[in-house]
Amino acid sequence: MEGLTLSDAEQKYYSDLFSYCDIESTKKVAANGRVLELFRAAQLPNDVVLQIMELCGATRLGYFGRSQFYIALKLVAVAQSGFPLRVESINTVKDLPLPRFVASKNEQESRHAASYSSDSENQGSYSGVIPPPPGRGQVKKGSVSHDGAQPRTPADQQEPASPVVSPQQSPPASPHTWRKHNRHPSGGNNDRPLAGPGPFWSPFGEAQSGSSAGETVWSGHSPPPPQENWVSFADTPPTSTLLAMHPASVQDQTTVRTVASATTANEIRRQSSSYDDPWKITDEQRQYYVNQFKTIQPDLNGFIPGSAAKEFFTKSKLPILELSHIWELSDFDKDGALTLDEFCAAFHLVVARKNGYDLPEKLPESLMPKLIDLEDAADVGDQPGEVGYSGSPAEAPPSKSPSMPSLNQTWPELNQSSEQWETFSERSSSSQTLTQFDSNIAPADPDTAIVHPVPIRMTPSKIHMQEMELKRTGSDHNNPTSPLLVKPPDLSEENKINSSVKFASGNTVDGYSSSDSFTSDPEQIGNNVNRQRSHSGTSPDNTAPPPPPPRPQPSHSRSSSLDMNRTFTVTTGQQQAGVVAHPPAVPPRPQPSQAPGPIVHRSVDADGLITHTSTSPQQIPEQPNFADFSQFEVFTASSVNEEQDDEAERHPEVLPVEKSSDPSNSLRGAKTESKIEEKTAASAPANVSKGTTPLAPPPKPVRRRLKSEDELRPEVDEHTQKTGVLAAVLASQPSIPRSVGKDKKAIQASIRRNKETNTVLARLNSELQQQLKDVLEERISLEVQLEQLRPFSHL
Amino acid sequence: MAVCVAVIAKENYPLYIRSVPTENELKFHYMVHTSLDVVDEKISALGKALVDQRELYLGLLYPTEDHKVYGYVTNSKVKFVMVVDASNTALRDNEIRSMFRKLHNSYTDVMCNPFYNPGDRIQSRAFDSMVTSMMIQVC
Repeated sequence: MEGLTLSDAEQKYYSDLFSYCDIESTKKVAANGRVLELFRAAQLPNDVVLQIMELCGATRLGYFGRSQFYIALKLVAVAQSGFPLRVESINTVKDLPLPRFVASKNEQESRHAASYSSDSENQGSYSGVIPPPPGRGQVKKGSVSHDGAQPRTPADQQEPASPVVSPQQSPPASPHTWRKHNRHPSGGNNDRPLAGPGPFWSPFGEAQSGSSAGETVWSGHSPPPPQENWVSFADTPPTSTLLAMHPASVQDQTTVRTVASATTANEIRRQSSSYDDPWKITDEQRQYYVNQFKTIQPDLNGFIPGSAAKEFFTKSKLPILELSHIWELSDFDKDGALTLDEFCAAFHLVVARKNGYDLPEKLPESLMPKLIDLEDAADVGDQPGEVGYSGSPAEAPPSKSPSMPSLNQTWPELNQSSEQWETFSERSSSSQTLTQFDSNIAPADPDTAIVHPVPIRMTPSKIHMQEMELKRTGSDHNNPTSPLLVKPPDLSEENKINSSVKFASGNTVDGYSSSDSFTSDPEQIGNNVNRQRSHSGTSPDNTAPPPPPPRPQPSHSRSSSLDMNRTFTVTTGQQQAGVVAHPPAVPPRPQPSQAPGPIVHRSVDADGLITHTSTSPQQIPEQPNFADFSQFEVFTASSVNEEQDDEAERHPEVLPVEKSSDPSNSLRGAKTESKIEEKTAASAPANVSKGTTPLAPPPKPVRRRLKSEDELRPEVDEHTQKTGVLAAVLASQPSIPRSVGKDKKAIQASIRRNKETNTVLARLNSELQQQLKDVLEERISLEVQLEQLRPFSHL
Repeated sequence: MAVCVAVIAKENYPLYIRSVPTENELKFHYMVHTSLDVVDEKISALGKALVDQRELYLGLLYPTEDHKVYGYVTNSKVKFVMVVDASNTALRDNEIRSMFRKLHNSYTDVMCNPFYNPGDRIQSRAFDSMVTSMMIQVC
């Protein structure tokens, strides 16, 4: 290449221009499209431009390197100054003015406008030749198209020169009318600052096979795309011109317009900014699309599944990559299926692409769903992706609620809980909830490691629910996530759902909290304990397997022993009424009385090994208190040992006692029936103590017998067995000399029931204590493992 | 802001890898490759527990002198690896998590595209633009 000496001004100017043309930021090659556009803006005759290109070596190289570009610019200046184009002129011509482009290089629009104005001059001469403007009323289109024909010729000539230009090689047979319309927008559209007709034209130019095709097209000949049998335009050749012109021009306008308006960014932008939306679908087109839709999916309100759509659009023989992009654009809600609107948009895009129009980066507003209204596209969010995202989360939450009942079929309050979980968005936003549908234990986000043990009564007790509500609201200070309660569920709702399912009050969002939610309301202490526990549990790391794993998952290994089903059956089998009435009366230590084993377990976990372990030893000594039937105070005193509030709440009355004993009975039953692996030892003592209180009157011998029975019966997996035992206990009771009278008989009956509960709870207590120890050990080992596995977690 | 983002398929071949172009991209490719070992280790460590207990976000895989590598794995064993600049101390764990979530969402959208064959390289422009928005803007 000839040496090129540039003055400082020239150097700067050229480098700026090169940067402008270097749309791909390669810093080495100027985009041919941009270069051509620039040259056109230089208002030089086409042959001069071609000559310049040859001289600078671009034709030889096939691309515009920086040196070629500079030389070309110099030659442009030479040509503009009227000097003959010679290779040596670049250096010989002194004081060469900077190459003039119609507009300053920083004002592409004005440049384009200027270039267009030059084009518009030709409009008038061609207006006569132009067929009646399409319905869009683009008179200028025709003229502009004609102008487009002109640039095409140089473009065509340059075609061999710049093979590198990425020609969107739409099928060469695409109707020339389309192409023409492509051109016209570039010119004469004063409404649009055609920023980049050049880059657009050059691809078209390359794609065009015949340079003179444009003129011939004007005669109204519009060969329908041959291979596009599935395109409607083949069906109506006479109207295809109009049709083709119409959408083509529209699309072309759009694309060109967008190109024009786009400054240095993508070529196609702001399609909606056009005064006349070029992406609008005409009625004929829409009808055709609808017909095609019907062939796949007779129901116009239905969906076309992705596979069917794939087959259909593959017939268009567009490259898979482009089809993939079209799909991304048109599948507005990202559901993998196409509605009628989406299908029309996709079809429209395919047609456009087939005819040489570049695909937009974003879905044109007019193609957004709800295409029926051609005018309301403006307000539709032009970000299908985001809308899709926002839409999906909105849909997800409602879909999750039905799944919740399936998780806990035995929990009657699922409805209530589902409502409640929706109220709080939960910090799940920070946890990966996307795919963890069932991760109740979803490692809570360490930041959100605040487990608010919202007690929840699984039995549909309005009173209890109210209590829980009160507790929940009252304990806002304890629950940092309470503000989240009102947040709409977001994408992470799955997690929340799971957790929320766990607890009716659904305070905690993350897995940890969910597990704690089952604590009953009255246990403020329990809550605190739970909270503390959750904190401690989460402090090690966010992935710590829910230390109180058993809590939420009845099916979890740990809690498998306390099968919720069993528990519920026990509960239901026992006294329904009693259960219902129990909630207020006998909040099992930390859990609702009727809370089945799992709840108890959960609460136990929530309460923490901390509290319960401390109380467990106390519980054991309390058992001897069982012998003091006659002393309610003794029992209450013994129960005081426990921290649970339910102790205090235990009514000395028989009835409540009975009821409390019933649930505790059921609890016992549940617990004994299942393998007790969870650390519900605390609850066991609690239950036991609970049982003691109501069982004050139980006769000593009976109790002892019960105890022995309990001891003899290691783990009864059969609820019936339990009932059998209880029946035996009941039967043994009459042997105890007791007071006379109906009232006393009733009391005795209640006593018996309480005793049964006592035995169950006692057994459960022992088992749970053992479990507690095991779990504690396990937990410690796990924490150690975690620490080992996460050496870099602290950064 | 990430310096490099990579999507690795289940069979440990890259579906998508993109780095800030100014630096030696090969270095990032190598870092991502070596991080796969750490990812596998983390997966298997928790593997003995139930799958649903495993967290998708793996956290910091390993730090180097000037970069930190974070990992995220989906339930289908598709791994996302992100390399961030170590000097960017303002980048908190939450932000990394949100970035991974966005990645996961975009990946899901790519998967939903019927024209995308699982196992192909990801060439979705939407995915590209999303990743670009996450990458450090180096001009």
